[in-house]
Amino acid sequence: MISFPEIVRLAMVALRRNKLRSFLTALGIIIGVAAVICMVSIGEGAKSRIRGMIEATGTNVLLVMSGSSSTGGMRGGAGSQPTLTWEDLRALQTEVPNLRAVAPLTRTSTQVVNDNGTWTTTVYGTTPEYFTIRNWAIVRGSGLSASDQAGSTKNAVLGQTVVDKLFGGGADPIGQVVRIRNAPYVVIGLLDKKGQSGMGQDQDDAVFVPLSAFQARIQGGLSKFVPGPVWVSAATSDGVEGARTNIATLLRERHRLADDAEDDFSTISMAEMAGTLTATTQTLTTLLASIAFVSLVVGGIGVMNIMLVSVTERTREIGIRMAVGAQPADILAQFLVEALMLAAIGGAVGVVLGLGVGQLLASKFGWSMVARTDIILLSLAVSAIVGVVFGLYPARKAAQLDPIDALRYE
Amino acid sequence: MALIEFVAVERRYVSEAGEFAALRAVDLHIERGEFVALTGASGSGKSTLMNIMGCLDTPTSGLYRLADRNVAKLTRVELARVRNEFIGFVFQNFNLLARTSATENVELPLIYAHCAPAERRKRALEALDRVGLSDRSTHLPSQLSGGQQQRVAIARALVTRPPLILADEPTGNLDSVTSLEIMRLLAQLRAEGMTIVFVTHEADIAQFAARKLVLRDGAIVRDEVQST
Repeated sequence: MISFPEIVRLAMVALRRNKLRSFLTALGIIIGVAAVICMVSIGEGAKSRIRGMIEATGTNVLLVMSGSSSTGGMRGGAGSQPTLTWEDLRALQTEVPNLRAVAPLTRTSTQVVNDNGTWTTTVYGTTPEYFTIRNWAIVRGSGLSASDQAGSTKNAVLGQTVVDKLFGGGADPIGQVVRIRNAPYVVIGLLDKKGQSGMGQDQDDAVFVPLSAFQARIQGGLSKFVPGPVWVSAATSDGVEGARTNIATLLRERHRLADDAEDDFSTISMAEMAGTLTATTQTLTTLLASIAFVSLVVGGIGVMNIMLVSVTERTREIGIRMAVGAQPADILAQFLVEALMLAAIGGAVGVVLGLGVGQLLASKFGWSMVARTDIILLSLAVSAIVGVVFGLYPARKAAQLDPIDALRYE
Repeated sequence: MALIEFVAVERRYVSEAGEFAALRAVDLHIERGEFVALTGASGSGKSTLMNIMGCLDTPTSGLYRLADRNVAKLTRVELARVRNEFIGFVFQNFNLLARTSATENVELPLIYAHCAPAERRKRALEALDRVGLSDRSTHLPSQLSGGQQQRVAIARALVTRPPLILADEPTGNLDSVTSLEIMRLLAQLRAEGMTIVFVTHEADIAQFAARKLVLRDGAIVRDEVQST
């Protein structure tokens, strides 16, 4: 058989002879590989961001909520009744050992108004401990204090987004007044920028007021139950499971649950939430990558189609080559390498295109992307395999031609 | 020792209509340096004989020795090697690769002879020079006249320096003036010592050969030496 560089040269000459056709054939592979790379990179980006969010939030954080737990989900038992009372909350704060902080978080979506305009945002009622749990610093002014809580003061702490929308970028809102449900609140503090949460929510689009003020003026009256989740931070991240057990024991006792009864509350750690989110992302990524993979296979069929056309078109050429001494293996190799090169070049261009499109989408929509070398190599390998698999049949067909018939072919 | 030796060569085709013998019991010797014309009506078996002689086809039975080796029972791979090494083909319709320069067309057999690119180029240019086309080396077949294309084809047949050149109706697609030029070129190559066998159905073209074989119904019915 003739040497490999010679075969590659023959294949290059043939591919260059039909530039447009070669490009269109490779395009099928390019799109397939680009789609796989793009999907997987963005999926990986989402996963790494969720992991980043969990690290930022703290691995020692637990959420305690009303309603029975369900595996993997955040909240189970549709229509479950609220079960956590304010007394339960106080008990958590005082009776469970090794907790750094406990804070309830209630929320409502409402309009915040000032002289410049109106902005619909989420208003949270919470206690100062919440910012400790979230490691959320005040960059200007001061945070909510125990005396704000005790006095139900009309003081508010604003997230960056709200400040930008109501006061304009870079403005100093400290001491200004905003109106929430017709009551004036004095802005006392500005929170550090947190960016998007793992679920894609803008965490800076938020206004925090004292829990007592929230209950009295925004929520409209006291209820017996804590309406939102209770955020708990264990003293150490190793202590999360211990804290969870202690919390469960305390709440079961307080709710007088029988030994065989299910919990009427649920606890979820940040690690679990990350697991859930990551699993969801993984499922989506896998699904999208599978669809992309199908397009790669379709691209491979395109390669086969064109190679079959090419073999038919070049029957005479094959006959001439055979007459002057080409062996069946030479002809096989020539057509196989042609298909392989179409697929390999398509794969390489596809990788570059996929990374480029991924980067573009990521920057446009504020996603992140992570290029994984193993996926890139795998895509290249798969496109090469596609080239060989779909090139083999046409190449065999060419190699098995009878030289006399091939020479006579019109 | 004869270059070509046929002993009782038969070639039968099996079709739905039954068995058909394209060649029956052909015995033939051709010595090195001979210039042989093969004539006969269409369907007489000329092409089958040429295909077997050119190792493109194998006999159903009988013995074919080419340069002292039995090529009647070779595999496809071995036949390809023999074609590359021992035979140069010239076809009626030239059979050059389109959109490929004259030099690259001439180089083609050398690729399959595993010749290095520089050596290939050198020998191809030499062969083109021998057929009088050294000034057309970069031209594409579409830029050449029929006679020039056939010269390129002859250069391609020469380039591996094979002992045998087989030409199937080499002048069939050419006008009479060009036909004579091509035949004079073949005669000149023969004078330089090559063995040439060609098929033709034109009497004046057959006149160039020193020996004329006439086929009818798959058998050689006349084998005569003629003066040129």
